[in-house]
Amino acid sequence: MLLRKVTQSPALCGTILRIPPVLSGGQRVASVAAVLNSRLYASQAAQAVLEKTAAVGSDAATKVEKKAVSLESKSFAVNIFKGQIATAQVFPFPKALSEEQDQFLRELVGPVSKFFEEVNDAAKNDVLEKVEDHTMEGLKEMGAFGLQVPADLGGLGLSNTQYARLVEIVGSHDLGVGITLGAHQSIGFKGILLFGNPAQKEKYLPKLATGEHIAAFCLTEPASGSDAASIKTTAVESPCGQYFTLSGSKIWISNGGLAEIFTVFAKTPVKDPKTGEMKDKISAFIVERSFGGVTHGAPEKKMGIKASNTAEVYFDNVRVPADCLLGEVGGGFKVAMNILNNGRFGMAAALAGTMKGVITKAVDHAANRTQFGNKIHNYGAIQEKMARMAMMQYVTESMAYMISGNMDSGSTDFHIEAAISKIFASEAAWTVTDECIQVMGGMGFMKDSGVERVMRDLRIFRIFEGTNDILRLFVALNGFQNAGIQLKGLQKALKNPLGNAGLLAGELTKRAKRKAGLGTGLTLQGTVHPELAQSGELTVKAIEQFGVVVEELLVKHGKKIIDEQFVLKRVADCAIDLYAMVVVLSRASRSLSQGQASAQHEKILCETWCMEAYERVTRDIKTLNSSDSRRLFKNLRAISGAMVENGGVVAPHPLGY
Amino acid sequence: MSGRVLVGVKRVIDYAVKIRVKPDKSGVVTDGVKHSMNPFCEIAVEEAVKMKEKKLIKEVVAVSCGPQQAQETIRTALAMGADRGIHVEVTGKDYESLGPLQVSKIMAALAKKEDAQLVILGKQAIDDDCNQTGQMTAALLDWPQGTFASEVSFEGNMLKVVREIDGGLETIKINTPAVVTADLRLNTPRYATLPNIMKAKKKKIANMKPADLGVDLTSRLEVLRVDEPPQRQSGMKVETVDDLVAKLKEAGTI
Repeated sequence: MLLRKVTQSPALCGTILRIPPVLSGGQRVASVAAVLNSRLYASQAAQAVLEKTAAVGSDAATKVEKKAVSLESKSFAVNIFKGQIATAQVFPFPKALSEEQDQFLRELVGPVSKFFEEVNDAAKNDVLEKVEDHTMEGLKEMGAFGLQVPADLGGLGLSNTQYARLVEIVGSHDLGVGITLGAHQSIGFKGILLFGNPAQKEKYLPKLATGEHIAAFCLTEPASGSDAASIKTTAVESPCGQYFTLSGSKIWISNGGLAEIFTVFAKTPVKDPKTGEMKDKISAFIVERSFGGVTHGAPEKKMGIKASNTAEVYFDNVRVPADCLLGEVGGGFKVAMNILNNGRFGMAAALAGTMKGVITKAVDHAANRTQFGNKIHNYGAIQEKMARMAMMQYVTESMAYMISGNMDSGSTDFHIEAAISKIFASEAAWTVTDECIQVMGGMGFMKDSGVERVMRDLRIFRIFEGTNDILRLFVALNGFQNAGIQLKGLQKALKNPLGNAGLLAGELTKRAKRKAGLGTGLTLQGTVHPELAQSGELTVKAIEQFGVVVEELLVKHGKKIIDEQFVLKRVADCAIDLYAMVVVLSRASRSLSQGQASAQHEKILCETWCMEAYERVTRDIKTLNSSDSRRLFKNLRAISGAMVENGGVVAPHPLGY
Repeated sequence: MSGRVLVGVKRVIDYAVKIRVKPDKSGVVTDGVKHSMNPFCEIAVEEAVKMKEKKLIKEVVAVSCGPQQAQETIRTALAMGADRGIHVEVTGKDYESLGPLQVSKIMAALAKKEDAQLVILGKQAIDDDCNQTGQMTAALLDWPQGTFASEVSFEGNMLKVVREIDGGLETIKINTPAVVTADLRLNTPRYATLPNIMKAKKKKIANMKPADLGVDLTSRLEVLRVDEPPQRQSGMKVETVDDLVAKLKEAGTI
């Protein structure tokens, strides 16, 4: 539904994939907007595709386009869609900390762990449905509210990797507290850190860093969830230009009842410089509760993360000084997406910690519980569960620190990877915790074991900050967009075959080789550790096949690919598995090279993961290639359609009543 | 009076770690094992920092003897509020045989060198449980000692120390300079907060060798063997008092 609407918007059509007529069998190609070489723009465009914003207009597009037209993406995920391997960001596994940062982080880990072991009581917070007062005070003193605020503004000035390491500790103990802290600094005031001007930073960050002021991120509205661009809250500039009048209501706002500082997204009328027409565009504002007109509802009753405060927040003709505009007028969508993109690795880090925590419980039970005369860890049924739990944790942890490392070394090209990490981490953590309960049996189901709370807390992670379903579309469409650009270049070359003989010869050989089942020369040899050569080959093979299927899908569906959610989901699943393969290859290679004590264990984790992931990717590709899939998707669509028509299941009861 | 307090902080295997004995029985496994400050030393630091906050003293100096990693322990003390640190570097064989006598020699030398008014130590460390360093330090300095302190207060230049002894509390008054060892109930040590850890980065840690203090680390002790504690044997339930008595007789205990 969502995406269909998008295609009807002419402004956006220009931003969506263009397929060269030669390859797509004569589809008409729109001209100018087709060459979308900028990664920055491309990623926003794909978000625009997903979230249907008017913010990405064609004028904005051309501006960015010129600036970055020749930039080749270094992102691994971007490149696999073109059937290429870009190793720059994934090999070797990033070493993101300087000696001083490393030393500092070592000193922080102990006290933070100790605080969560001795002061924080996750079970009690859950029952009280709030973080206990003394814990909250302790966290503030601890400095936990200003981890990434620069030191000269009263924070700890942590890098993303340092932040990840501490958030991991929080995640292993109490996700409710994790969300309280995350809603504050990962999204609540991240906008000020990323987009604030010096005056805004100086004014707000010191009190936010100490936790004297709590922050919240206000995007979601009753009628605007995944479709973030459809918000109705408005901010109207006063004739004098001194302030905006902001009105609207936001729902499910984490820290909504506690916050003093809100990052609020609202529509502002903006004049199009070309046409002179007034258009509504999203802008971001810093809103203080003390401005007046800001109220909130009662704390919501939730399934999990109960300790975290969630409330509606109402803005009733709030007078927001023009100084509180965050970024540019009309630039709010970019602000929102950048905040979310920049925070996703933190979720992966926290959940890697959560998994570690529950795995310890499962292992303890498996190692000590006797049934049928043996400790239950001796049974294959339990062994398989434990092994899978370990692999999923290993993958998640590797993703989190790979991405935080990339970010710390200055990469801005991590959006697909960040989305993948959020999807993978939230699903892996759910599975791992579910299996932990299964290993523990009835014991795990009891409240006292402390795992059922984790399970409840985890459920929201697949929903918030971009549902995994939307993020899958984001991953796939972003990838297709880039692959489309490559095809476009090829199509241009075909128009002038003599001038581009080299390029064409290369591409033709590549395709011929693929057809003949020969390798295309892609390799990870010399990059992965020799002991992991086999896993490396599997990964290369999978990427080659993936590149082919992406191209074929583009040729087949053209720009209509955005309507093919059944296809997109499977494409995203492949991309997720491929990224997972490469992160563990990288990490296990490092451990082997360094001769770590755990190197052989990690090698097995990596090998096993790659074997199974390769199977899954091949299966998905097979489905995507087969003509049966068309029937499968048609069936699925039909079943769903009938259910909607019937208001539930369609088949009558087997007993007839 | 100098107003300077010397606090000893020992780096020990963390209390939550399950201790494992090395296969050759020469000691316990320390490689890759989490270490932290001895809990009684934390209490000692807390007491000194509190005295400083009450302006009863002027400076808190944290001392640790050991390898490079001992500096981490000193950093923790600095983050808790100590003003500066002294790391007495002891490595290799010397570190393996480092016991209460050697450490107390170092502490005594430092106390003189720093012109300390007070030395506060933990009553014992949770690794070797020796409970000797404070007493030996006082003896070497020929200073009064207030061991097992559960309450410490200044009365003029005198120190009132409430001691935890078998069967109750004993209150003593001693002259300064003195050596005090902290018992469990003296205070609840604060957490090193992250902002304070950051600030502590600017505090100085002086590095020295025992030889710089003229201390000889030769040990008179030789560790023959380290063993795991014996596994607890399973017990049994008896039905009646007669059964119990019979069993005890059988076991030769009565």
